[in-house]
Amino acid sequence: MLRELFPNVVMEDLKVATNQTLYMTGISVLGTLILGILLGLLLFLTDRQGILNRSLNFITATIVNVFRAIPFIILILLLFPFTDWLMGTIRGPKAALPALIIGAAPFYARLVEIALKEVDKGVIEAARAMGAKTRHIVFKVLLPESMPALISGLTVTAINLISFTAMAGAIGAGGLGDLAYRKGFQAWDFDVVFACTVLIVIIVFIFQFAGDFLSKKIDKR
Amino acid sequence: MISIKNLSKIYKSKNRDDVTAVDNIDLSINQGEIFGVIGYSGAGKSTFIRLLNRLEEPTDGKIIMNEKDMTNLSNKELRNERQKIGMIFQHFNLLWSRTVFDNIAFPLEIAGIPKEQRKSKVQELIELVGLAGREDYYPSQLSGGQKQRVGIARALANDPKVLLCDEATSALDPQTTDDILDLLVSINQKLGLTIIVITHEMHVIKKICQQVAVMDNGKVIEQGEVLEVFMHPKEKTTRRFVQQVMGEQVEQSPIHYFVKNYESGKVLRLHFVGETANQAIISKLVKRFNVEINILQGNITQTKDGAYGTLYVHMDGPEEVVNEAIKYIQQTSVELEVEENA
Repeated sequence: MLRELFPNVVMEDLKVATNQTLYMTGISVLGTLILGILLGLLLFLTDRQGILNRSLNFITATIVNVFRAIPFIILILLLFPFTDWLMGTIRGPKAALPALIIGAAPFYARLVEIALKEVDKGVIEAARAMGAKTRHIVFKVLLPESMPALISGLTVTAINLISFTAMAGAIGAGGLGDLAYRKGFQAWDFDVVFACTVLIVIIVFIFQFAGDFLSKKIDKR
Repeated sequence: MISIKNLSKIYKSKNRDDVTAVDNIDLSINQGEIFGVIGYSGAGKSTFIRLLNRLEEPTDGKIIMNEKDMTNLSNKELRNERQKIGMIFQHFNLLWSRTVFDNIAFPLEIAGIPKEQRKSKVQELIELVGLAGREDYYPSQLSGGQKQRVGIARALANDPKVLLCDEATSALDPQTTDDILDLLVSINQKLGLTIIVITHEMHVIKKICQQVAVMDNGKVIEQGEVLEVFMHPKEKTTRRFVQQVMGEQVEQSPIHYFVKNYESGKVLRLHFVGETANQAIISKLVKRFNVEINILQGNITQTKDGAYGTLYVHMDGPEEVVNEAIKYIQQTSVELEVEENA
């Protein structure tokens, strides 16, 4: 039955492509998480009086805004020299990682900043009254208290990243987007396009479900 | 002993006039005392208490606490000093992501206490504030009073010398307020630590404080022993606070108002200050002297240092017996005012 519905789909291709998509998504979600939280914390912590704070905040905000404004497909092209220098190649799933992380981290940084702003000011004040250092406030107050929002933000970002990987595929990164474009669209075999779509939707659903579950589970409010 | 000199906080503003939240406050607070600061919202009392542990930076003035000049500390020294100053808040400010146990352990983690010691200390504090069995609850599973108990335990974790209470009972119902106030008094007695209480409720001052300062518009307008301030409120704001617990009619019924209703006997105004109200003076009068006593109006309230209030009574009987009774009252510490019948 499946053979009749998808006459042109090669199982091996589909498997390789799915693995590549999962690889790109997984690594870039991890990278985005780290870079996004760093940038988000920087935005949040420098949002106050003082010349050093103000200028750091301005610089970070500018970088975040600029990279968020660049359409992803252009960002990949723009980053080719950087990618080539960093990864030693501009083809394949590995080469897509810098662009994916740099494309998604600014977006996630803004979500992190919003999440941190939602943390009860009174709790931060209480921690300061106990003699907490900034390190304590970040790791024992800000991050744990904003965790549900950080996770749901990461879920949204991860789903964006899945769609980015498909776009990256179109210019040679591999993955389900690449398969859909080359073997599906260019060969005019639309059953391949359809099969790739189904798999991507399934992956998105899994991320959404896992994110929602986790976010709800740790929320003790 | 905490001494505060010329303490001021001015909020500079580019567009509007500068706001003087705390204006040149001088206070000294004795070790082991429960000191109350009362004022309406906007009086500057919340800013004042935050100046003490420098959550707000003073614009001017000096604070000497635990023999250290708070206004002259490096960031590191300030953090160490803060560990010796507990603070509790109106909205408790607990971490929702931590259990009761972990919330109380939080300041110990900050102070770098090893895990085993943390455990026994937290357990001890949980017993002290009466939360045994709730260690693994999250704050969202607790009532307001229980949350404040966690707040108090947390504030006491590093054995502070001073406890700052910022409107600690303002979000609680009257019964819970009294429970928390009782807890504060017992902690004060058990641990001998100084407690500074900020509130807008005279009830709180009356119930637990020995000394009170009344704040209005950033300034301390009146200060002294609670009973003294109750008895002779000088400022209008203070009188309004005293009325909160004494009711409106205080000082408003002149004695002669009652007199015209009686043809014989005398109307007395008995003023109770401090412990004298415990002497059961009315029943003693009736037992010792052959007089009739009719209570006309009264208002007695209990403060930490004894009862305070006024009682209007009509006393009737043979004239010399009445006079003897009056002499007897004059020997006690009850203040007496007599109006002869016309």
